[in-house]
Amino acid sequence: MVRHQRLVAESLTMDTLLQQLINGLTLGAVYALVALGYTMVYGIIGLINFAHGEVVMIGTMVAFTVIVFFAGSGMPPLLILGVGLLVSVVVCMVLGWALERVAYRPLRHAPRLTPLITAIGMSIVLQNVAMLIWGRNYITFPPMINKQIYEVGGASFTNVQVAIVSLAALVMLGLIYLVHRTRIGMAMRATAQNPHVASLMGVDINRVIAMAFIIGSALGAVAGCMVGSYYEIAHYQMGFMLGLKAFTAAVLGGIGNLAGAMAGGLLLGLIEALGAGYIGDLTGNFLGSHYQDIFAFIVLIIVLMFRPSGLFGERTGDRA
Amino acid sequence: MLEVNGLRVSYGGIQAVRGITFHVNEGEMVALIGANGAGKSSTLRALSRLLDPIGGSVRYRGKELLALPPHRLVGEGIALVPEGRGVFPRMSSLENLRMGAYARNNKTEIENDLEQVLVHFPRLKERAQQLAGTLSGGEQQMLAIGRAMMSKPRLLLLDEPSMGLAPIMVQKIFEVICAVASEGMTILLVEQNAKLALEVSQRGYVMESGEITLTNESKALLTDPKVRASYLGE
Repeated sequence: MVRHQRLVAESLTMDTLLQQLINGLTLGAVYALVALGYTMVYGIIGLINFAHGEVVMIGTMVAFTVIVFFAGSGMPPLLILGVGLLVSVVVCMVLGWALERVAYRPLRHAPRLTPLITAIGMSIVLQNVAMLIWGRNYITFPPMINKQIYEVGGASFTNVQVAIVSLAALVMLGLIYLVHRTRIGMAMRATAQNPHVASLMGVDINRVIAMAFIIGSALGAVAGCMVGSYYEIAHYQMGFMLGLKAFTAAVLGGIGNLAGAMAGGLLLGLIEALGAGYIGDLTGNFLGSHYQDIFAFIVLIIVLMFRPSGLFGERTGDRA
Repeated sequence: MLEVNGLRVSYGGIQAVRGITFHVNEGEMVALIGANGAGKSSTLRALSRLLDPIGGSVRYRGKELLALPPHRLVGEGIALVPEGRGVFPRMSSLENLRMGAYARNNKTEIENDLEQVLVHFPRLKERAQQLAGTLSGGEQQMLAIGRAMMSKPRLLLLDEPSMGLAPIMVQKIFEVICAVASEGMTILLVEQNAKLALEVSQRGYVMESGEITLTNESKALLTDPKVRASYLGE
């Protein structure tokens, strides 16, 4: 009898494991996309763009507005979602470009602390602009995908999760192709490694920096749409925590390193999901799964203490 | 081809270059020599627009260079091999060379030139896929020169190509520089190794505390007692 009970308990935790791995993968895909935005900008100009989380939030909000606008039009829901995604990507690209142009470029040669504080300032500005436009309440993100639930080995996942993970994988493959196989990608890598010499090769540094913001913001918009579709909820402050976690993911992977951001994002997603799944067991139900946010920051503290250059990081202080 | 007039550069609060005037004719190799801190590198940095001069003019084929942003220089046919080589450490040798041709469009021409550079530097061919940061100093210098050649320049600016290299490597690098010069390239060579620089160049300028104190044919400078005493260690 006792043995039987133990078996049940074990299989329960195994189910939790699989379930939390699936959830972690979904979450991790989103973190990875957002982390790429931080890491691309950092890799090229050594700036931590703390307003990036707000760009993601704007991405969710814009998609929300577009979807609500078309919701009654009789267009197929998937098409509406596609249009929402597209508009959100374009708006965020413009926003990213404008941020660099207005807030950071004038400070290019200022001490490093100045643009950092400006970034925090921009983040507050964007939050408040979003609050004025979309209000201070939680917004229900209309689900456009007919949710289907699949069961595998006692764990379940939805087609939304499948869509999120595969779209993220596709976008990241696209980014790898862009950075390693195209002219602008080569210019970006060269600029990250030695901006002066890159400019002597004919690379317009200002253009490359603008591109890093634009591409990063586009990835952020995609992530924003994913978050909206996954949680079906949006709020003007949602970018803060998401941004902070994605930043943690970027640091975990080694900030400035693209592969690091991808791996760091996935890893953080998994850590968080597993942590949320087991925190009750681990603490004898003293702490519940709503404490999941603490894992990201425990990870951040541990990385900063023991390996500040991150898992994939090369030299600290190096900009790429 | 290149006319520098009254160039003044200030660097870290010090006036490193105090109004120098010199020129480089088409097809010539001109050496700019002087001790460490004489202002040679600041001069080259100003020419390549990494530093903003505080005065003077730099005319290149009749155009004012100081009005151009740095990324426009390569289109004008100017290539710099920077001090310390400045290779892109986490790119392969091949990618570094291709970066040299970044501003060019004709793909077949680029591939031909790439082949040529690899013939000039068989060592780089062996190391084609290796990350540039893992190459030896001499190999990096070859890579930096090869990369500059990939932009098909008319004027090549060389900043201390012998710095930090073993004597045998220095000799190799200078053989390459001479080979490039004999193909008609115009070269401005900034070098601490005065003897070597004067041996390979046609004319020379001697810089001292930010000013040009002496200029002549390189051969004449080599036998000049003042140069011999100050820079050739005799």
